[in-house]
Amino acid sequence: MYVGEDPLFGLMNRIGKPVDGHRPFPRYRTTPGGWRTLSEALGGNTLSVVGFWGEPAAVHVALREELSGDVAVVSLACPDGHFASLSAVRPSVIRLERTACDLFGLVADGAVDPRPWLDHGQWGVTRPLAAAPGPAAAEPQRYPFLATEGEGLHQIPVGPVHAGIIEPGHFRFTANGETVGRLEQRLGYVHKGIEGLMAGRTPDDAARIAARISGDATVAHSLAFARAVEAALGVAPPPRAVWLRAVMAELERIANHLGDIGAICNDAAFAFMLAEMSRLREAVLQVNDAVFGHRLLMDRVVPGGVAVDLPDGGGKRILDLVAEVRRRFPPLVAVYESSASLQDRTVGTGTVSIGLVNRFGAGGHVGRAAGRGQDARRSPGYAPYDDLDFEIPVLTAGDVNARVWVRIREVEQSLSLVEQMIRRMPGVPRDSHGATPLPRLDLPAQGGEGMALVESFRGEIMTWVRLADDGTVARCHPRDPSWFQWPLLEAAIEGNIVADFPLCNKSFNGSYSGHDL
Amino acid sequence: MLKHIWTALTGGPVTAAPPPLDTGALAQLCDAELAGRLDAAAHRRLGRSLSIRAVDAGSCNGCELEIHALNNPVYDLERYGIRFVASPRHADVLLVTGPVTKNMAEALRRTWDATPDPKWVVACGDCACTGGVFAGSYACAGPVESVIPVDLKLPGCPPPPRLLLAGLLALLESSAEPLSAIAPSVAAQGQSRP
Ligand code: SF4
Repeated sequence: MYVGEDPLFGLMNRIGKPVDGHRPFPRYRTTPGGWRTLSEALGGNTLSVVGFWGEPAAVHVALREELSGDVAVVSLACPDGHFASLSAVRPSVIRLERTACDLFGLVADGAVDPRPWLDHGQWGVTRPLAAAPGPAAAEPQRYPFLATEGEGLHQIPVGPVHAGIIEPGHFRFTANGETVGRLEQRLGYVHKGIEGLMAGRTPDDAARIAARISGDATVAHSLAFARAVEAALGVAPPPRAVWLRAVMAELERIANHLGDIGAICNDAAFAFMLAEMSRLREAVLQVNDAVFGHRLLMDRVVPGGVAVDLPDGGGKRILDLVAEVRRRFPPLVAVYESSASLQDRTVGTGTVSIGLVNRFGAGGHVGRAAGRGQDARRSPGYAPYDDLDFEIPVLTAGDVNARVWVRIREVEQSLSLVEQMIRRMPGVPRDSHGATPLPRLDLPAQGGEGMALVESFRGEIMTWVRLADDGTVARCHPRDPSWFQWPLLEAAIEGNIVADFPLCNKSFNGSYSGHDL
Repeated sequence: MLKHIWTALTGGPVTAAPPPLDTGALAQLCDAELAGRLDAAAHRRLGRSLSIRAVDAGSCNGCELEIHALNNPVYDLERYGIRFVASPRHADVLLVTGPVTKNMAEALRRTWDATPDPKWVVACGDCACTGGVFAGSYACAGPVESVIPVDLKLPGCPPPPRLLLAGLLALLESSAEPLSAIAPSVAAQGQSRP
């Protein structure tokens, strides 16, 4: 820490007053003056934004102090629906501020980009989650894309319906011949109104929605929601549930990384890898199904614990799977490493700089391939990972190849984690009838505020929840890692050729559904 | 690599046996009406192949993962003459997922319009069949059938590949006249929605 620089809590105590009952990280209420001080502090490099969200007449921002890993939330009341924009000092909040405006009508004064984001003028209502929603948009307006001018430039619009089996989004390329000068994304097509749907439900009902924020990260999103609810209530799930959740989370990571490695190679016209990797992925999904009763493990992690325990022989099945992947994966990695035609496409393609990755607080394979090693399993860390041996692979090249290698190394780490967990998993005490009950708590019906940071295969998920006094969800904001990764894809593609876009896009694998909510 | 190819050649197929195929399977998946609408003319037009255009109309991407799995060597969809195509103009079947978000309704309608007759629409997953957990949201238009006519519903969240396979094979076997051809009024309704 340099002289004159505040660690996070010093700053917090200067600009705000702590709010009671916000767990496990503190929340502070601040004034417009304090908000300005915060905005100045964000101009430096010591803090990163973990989330930004609105609710009727207030905005919240979650921050992390990079060196210490401390996390805090700052809230600003905005009774007139206005607040000073943070986007000029923090471009990562541009889309989040636009979203707060679309959903709650909260206007960021001085915003870099005031265009709507999720609202395409089709909902039949404006600011749907505000205290008083507005009337339908008069006419769906044309969306003004950013202007690009110059000799020889042409635009290529793509989507929302793409050629492959892929989620919908719109991409506007401005190219000079084959070379991309600018890519502009327009997302929001899969906005399902998730935050609105969760409000008013019991945690159990809302958990089913949380599990469907992004289907490929269903375990991680369920876990983030469950942990946020448990934090709000101040309860801890049974130890065995904590370990079972982590087993599922790592199986999810393995399955997704295997699928992604194959798909990236396929986009470089190397179909062999897709076939082999999808076979391995299928092996993982079949074990998921056999052991936990669902191929993608949906609805298995619930607030208070888990919905299924390992059946007899389940641990053995999982260990056999680990052995199988360990046997079949390395030869395929060798093929990746030694195929010149493949390396030619991935090395040096779609590079993201460490500066941008840090500025946006991007995590997961996007951050780790460009030198940013932040991982929620380590910082702030959560059980049972503090009890396990694992490494977080970090590379610096920031290109497609580096993102593939981060995935390869993470598969290896996760295999080891699963093995350690199965071998050391705590049992469940038998009840008075000699039966072993499901490791799951009954949740008390009471109010509270909680937050959780969970590492999905894609990066860090932040979920914030406020429970009403009757124990139902008053407000929930899940922030998918894609929010901070999608904008970097725009930067990564610059100067590459149009034909490399699928490769770059697949190596990021941003979630459309998780981002659009 | 050579060693790998050798093992692949000598190791026997990894492909799973096809799911049992009978009209009963189809009857379970859709209303009996469709199962009964066997039509030789459509069968002649299609031969024994189907081209599918997948459209994500707002899914959580879980359904997409399982649709992808259909193409892996274990389920190997192409051995039945069923394949995914990149344009609706090449498609016989639209395989639609998601609770049709309002932001996607227009794109879905346009994709349907761009698909040549005869065409079938398969609603894939609970969301597409009923709206799933997203039913009732301000941002969702409703199940696929509220936007374009649907011939076959494959429930599940997501439907596992075996079920998807059974449904698509049943469709291929029956080659029923698509709803759009049989009930132009329903189709027109779907088209003329604001
Ligand atoms: S049916 Fe289930 S898996 Fe499919 S899109 Fe809906 S929520 Fe996702």
